[in-house]
Amino acid sequence: MKLNELTISELRRFLDNREIKPQEVVDDIYKRVDGVEDNVRSFITITKKEAYEMAADAEQAILENKGSLLTGIPVAVKDNMCTKDILTTCASKILHNFKPPYESTVTTRLKEQGYILTGKTNLDEFAMGSSTENSGFHITRNPWDLDCVPGGSSGGSAAAVAADECVAALGSDTGGSIRQPAAFCGVVGLKPTYGRVSRYGLVAFASSLDQIGPITKNVSDAAIMLNVIAGHDPLDSTSAPINVPDFAQALGQEIKGLKIGIPKEYFIEGIDREVEDFVRLAIKKLESLGAIPIEVSLPHTGYAVATYYILATSEASSNLARYDGVKYGLRANGKDLLDMYMQTRSEGFGAEVKRRIMLGTYALSSGYYDAYYKKGQQVRTLIKQDFDNVFNDVDVIVTPTSPTPAFRVGEKAADPLQMYLSDIFTISVNLAGIPAISIPCGFTKDNLPMGLQIMGRHFDEESIFKTAYAYEQSTEWHLRRPSL
Amino acid sequence: MKITKEEVEHIARLSKLYLSEKEAEMFGEQLNKIIGYVEHLNSIDTSNTEPTSHVIPLNNVMRNDSPVLSLPAKEALRNAPDPTKKFYRVPKIIE
Repeated sequence: MKLNELTISELRRFLDNREIKPQEVVDDIYKRVDGVEDNVRSFITITKKEAYEMAADAEQAILENKGSLLTGIPVAVKDNMCTKDILTTCASKILHNFKPPYESTVTTRLKEQGYILTGKTNLDEFAMGSSTENSGFHITRNPWDLDCVPGGSSGGSAAAVAADECVAALGSDTGGSIRQPAAFCGVVGLKPTYGRVSRYGLVAFASSLDQIGPITKNVSDAAIMLNVIAGHDPLDSTSAPINVPDFAQALGQEIKGLKIGIPKEYFIEGIDREVEDFVRLAIKKLESLGAIPIEVSLPHTGYAVATYYILATSEASSNLARYDGVKYGLRANGKDLLDMYMQTRSEGFGAEVKRRIMLGTYALSSGYYDAYYKKGQQVRTLIKQDFDNVFNDVDVIVTPTSPTPAFRVGEKAADPLQMYLSDIFTISVNLAGIPAISIPCGFTKDNLPMGLQIMGRHFDEESIFKTAYAYEQSTEWHLRRPSL
Repeated sequence: MKITKEEVEHIARLSKLYLSEKEAEMFGEQLNKIIGYVEHLNSIDTSNTEPTSHVIPLNNVMRNDSPVLSLPAKEALRNAPDPTKKFYRVPKIIE
């Protein structure tokens, strides 16, 4: 038995019964990392030393019968979440040496539940991208086909889970950055409702859209992870002071009579044939379990990508103003203060980040504010209203996660607009602030995984979990593993 | 609408970025393509639509007016590229 291949709940049982020790789990994790990391490159920083220290603490806790949800469970964390005294780079040269003096709320909560940090995972620089090719350090490859991208921006986290280099991971999702890589790598990825999880210590990209969530090997592990990280946090004024249910309770509930909306705007020309076929089969499967599919319309879907690229870049241009070489990170020499700022930013940021800062600066600049930023905010209202209307009639909405399976490394790198359009099915969810999950729903004839997206009402992750679990338990896609 | 080369240079200055000749040309082309794509939002009538800046209602958050410890200066300066005593040192601003 290779312990790194198990799920959180399986490991929990073995650890609590003292059949295995946390150190043995960590041994198997790093054996695997040593074996595959040269090819996959999921990690920016591997935290082996810290992991063994945390494993020793976990062992002690278990011996004292003080084990909790994640005691002894190896978790990888996307490198845009602050871990105290451990390198946190956002995959950017501008933060190449940044060791945060504080801990993010999510990792504090993982710590309180006894987790073991495996390492910090690769991403598109500042989470800006859909393929992890925009990392300032190196690309990550898809464990199912090393010639393909793992998706992005949480590509390192999704690849690490798919390759069994960790048991679970955290990602962040601004326009699909958890769900799209989860779909491309054949794992489960959840973006919770905006406000469900604290963003304190998550390096900000677009503050009104960013949300942290789990990437796991199955649906019940995602529920366990959300149980750990969800909840109000006084350190994040946008975290919602709302009660957190036990999400595991939703697993195994019947979906008989559950109304699932099928938005016609998500089955359009340009969607890959195999993706459409498998998503339609998944809907049939849900129907056979008692759910009632209803065709619905989200009429402003076609405007989501344009709206997103105005709002997200505007917020980013403001958030990234802080990287000026004064207080932390890279500093380039300059002949005066302004020159130092400009040299630092020009040297430290990669092309995609520069492009987005400039796009956002343009959208916010005098004379263009109403035409772009305000217009974007107004269309955002319409997109949100689309969802409000549809959720009057249905309990969840089911769509493909991405119009295609994983694309090849380099295929879209030269054309930013084509890359942006690959997020067409995930972006609306962030604009509306609702939760959504991606779960495996089939494999192409080239053996690439595909994802089914299930969206829910604000703060109704339970209906998503219920639906996802019912589907997963009647299929075996989530049990397949890449042959690396 | 077309973004001119001068505008690209202006946006770069506002963004505090230097662009090489080649970069200015590449970004200009790409920004035009993206802005061109974004223009299709103008086909929607939003004259009676309120803008949304946040999807959940936000209230001001207050805490009790009691002192708490903040990050010690030494810790805050640990990542500084050029710290001196309790300060961040930067190139001279006033001659």
